[in-house]
Amino acid sequence: MNGSNTLMKKRKRPLDTVLLAAVYISASLSVILLLGIIGYVFVKGIGTVNWKFLTSVTSALNQTAGIAGNLVNTLYIIVITLLIATPLGVGSAIYLNEYAKPGRIVSIIEFTTETLSGIPSIIFGLFGMVFFGESLGLGYSLLTGSFTLTIMVLPLITRNTQEALRTVPDSYRSGALGMGSTKWHMIRTILLPSSMSGIVTGIILALGRIVGESAALLFTAGSDYKLPRFGSDFAANVERLFTKTTESGGTLTIELYLQMQKGQYETAFGIGCVLVVIVLILNLLTKLAAKKLRPV
Amino acid sequence: MEKSKISVKNLNLHYGENHALKDVSMEIKDHAITAFIGPSGCGKSTFLKCLNRMNDLVDNVRIEGQVLLDGEDIYDKRVDTTLLRKKVGMVFQQPNPFPMSIYDNVAYGPRLHGIKQKSKLDDIVENALRGAAIFDEVKDRLRKSALGLSGGQQQRLCIARALAVEPEVLLMDEPTSALDPISTLKIEELMESLKKKYTVAIVTHNMQQAARVSDDTAFFLVGEVVEFNSTQNIFSRPKDKRTEDYITGRFG
Amino acid sequence: MSPRIYFEQELDLLKNKVTEMGERAEISYDRLVYAVRGNDRETLKLLLDNDRQMIDMQRSIEAKCLTLLTRQQPVARDLRLVSSALKVVTDIERVGDHVSDIAELCLRTQEFKLDGVYESKLLIMMEEAKNMLHEAVEAFVEGDEKAARQVIESDDVVDDLFNQVKEELMGSIRTQNLDADKVVDYLMIAKYLEKIGDHAVNIGEWAIFQVTGDMQGVQLY
Repeated sequence: MNGSNTLMKKRKRPLDTVLLAAVYISASLSVILLLGIIGYVFVKGIGTVNWKFLTSVTSALNQTAGIAGNLVNTLYIIVITLLIATPLGVGSAIYLNEYAKPGRIVSIIEFTTETLSGIPSIIFGLFGMVFFGESLGLGYSLLTGSFTLTIMVLPLITRNTQEALRTVPDSYRSGALGMGSTKWHMIRTILLPSSMSGIVTGIILALGRIVGESAALLFTAGSDYKLPRFGSDFAANVERLFTKTTESGGTLTIELYLQMQKGQYETAFGIGCVLVVIVLILNLLTKLAAKKLRPV
Repeated sequence: MEKSKISVKNLNLHYGENHALKDVSMEIKDHAITAFIGPSGCGKSTFLKCLNRMNDLVDNVRIEGQVLLDGEDIYDKRVDTTLLRKKVGMVFQQPNPFPMSIYDNVAYGPRLHGIKQKSKLDDIVENALRGAAIFDEVKDRLRKSALGLSGGQQQRLCIARALAVEPEVLLMDEPTSALDPISTLKIEELMESLKKKYTVAIVTHNMQQAARVSDDTAFFLVGEVVEFNSTQNIFSRPKDKRTEDYITGRFG
Repeated sequence: MSPRIYFEQELDLLKNKVTEMGERAEISYDRLVYAVRGNDRETLKLLLDNDRQMIDMQRSIEAKCLTLLTRQQPVARDLRLVSSALKVVTDIERVGDHVSDIAELCLRTQEFKLDGVYESKLLIMMEEAKNMLHEAVEAFVEGDEKAARQVIESDDVVDDLFNQVKEELMGSIRTQNLDADKVVDYLMIAKYLEKIGDHAVNIGEWAIFQVTGDMQGVQLY
């Protein structure tokens, strides 16, 4: 074997090693940071969290802290916002991807949604307060808050659904249409099930945004922390469930913000703890639901 | 004179400025396989899609002329495309099973056309899968995802899916171009048996395939039918110099 | 511009091989005529071995055809060329056989008198059959239908000559002015020459098939 022609000349490439080390370090750092924050919040907050904390409301009289009202408010806002934003977002994504002819109008709409998702949330708060709160006369209420958040998370759901629809191969569309399927039937039976994971991603991102939002809610949904007062009359209770939406209500994040302001760090960390758990549970639930909805 | 299933009369198709099909006339025989060959962009696939109006879905398409299916003009304003495509099924180049179970894939068409009854659906699915010579391979996993099948199986599943609505005509757009030789031969064998019940039109880039399976062959070139004749004649004594150059591989 | 340059080269090579084999047959045929005219027994002996080479050439062409069929899958005119080449080599090889046979008969005949009435007729037949062979192979290689038809027509000339020779030889048997041995030998030479004409006709027919796909009025392909 000729010496200059041999393959046995493996060289060390120092730069490769350095870069490899760098990516390992970055990856571990981000994991450590994330776990660190969650761990820190838990360590600091878990002492505060107990059954009473979760099921009662803050009482100045008894000098006790409780977040039951905020929990309920958070759930209200999540449910209302997603109930409005999901169909709207998915619907507009379907229109943009499947019906609208590519051109000026579509790019204008897409540009607008993109810009919308980059606007600071306080501006949504301002708009929500003035438009829903004052012009529509909803005042400080869960509805005003939900409507405002709907505008905020709409782009998230729309974009993610659109991305998902784009990844559905055209061969599915022509396949279904070639069988004689109408366009809407094709969308309902083929496209939506196939893009379920994208839609779910959008919803999860929206959830995170809703749960984490404070600036846009402070001036729209307000900061009330009381529980709805239920009586023994069933019909009245159901009515109460609905009238609650027109009343002011602060989410967990708002409450956390207020507690921080008051210097009640223990309570704040406690709320933080609960928030992390809620986000976790909601993510898992959504994924589970998506799995049930997905065709085989 | 054999009966013709589809007769195309002076069909012209424009994509915007582009005159994609020029005055095409053709008689497609009943219970026979008609192959369309020609170089890329010659209009053969476009022509195939005209036969079940799949071109309707493309923007800027203008179609003139007549396509008569059993004497009825499929471009008549009163034609219901859902019914048309039930009669004229289609199999595409890439196997495109839907992301659902094998059973649901085959049942897609029948359900679409209003069949709900479980036992009836079961029968249809089994018959269609048998018709496409794939039943034995998948009978134990009908509820499993169709995407887990091999390419050749997927394509036969797509054929089964098309057969499930009991079409009269089956259009195949390069059905084996994405498959290995053995799967290709299986599909070719299948086509031979399909001919007994259906009228088949196939677009293919594989001239040997056209020679093997078809009864009639049409050679397309830049939107025109240069020659349409029995496959035997096209592949032994083509009348047109351009046809001969193409089939003998002399086409530049 | 044809994208099948290699294939075309192979087809040309095939035609060249057929031509070569045809030429080979003609050359030995020429030698035969030359040797008969000059009573050159040495050359006649050489011609006895002629057959071996022809068979080698035939096998080589057949192998080429089968390879082309397998690897290039020719259709239409290409398939006609390859398949008829496969058939034509048999005819050419037979011509080679007959040349050897005639050489053998000539060697048996002690002396071939050129001025004899039968001998000169046989010589004319030799010339005619040789022309036919040459024209037929050329018509085949060139794909010349008209020339091929002329070859087929000119077979009548050779057939007529054969009948004349036969009549005359039968006459001489009756008048007993030739030994029986010679009569039979001459008759056989004449028959071989007539067969060579027939083979030339076959080659011509394959030439026509190559162009039209038509074999003796039957549409084969």
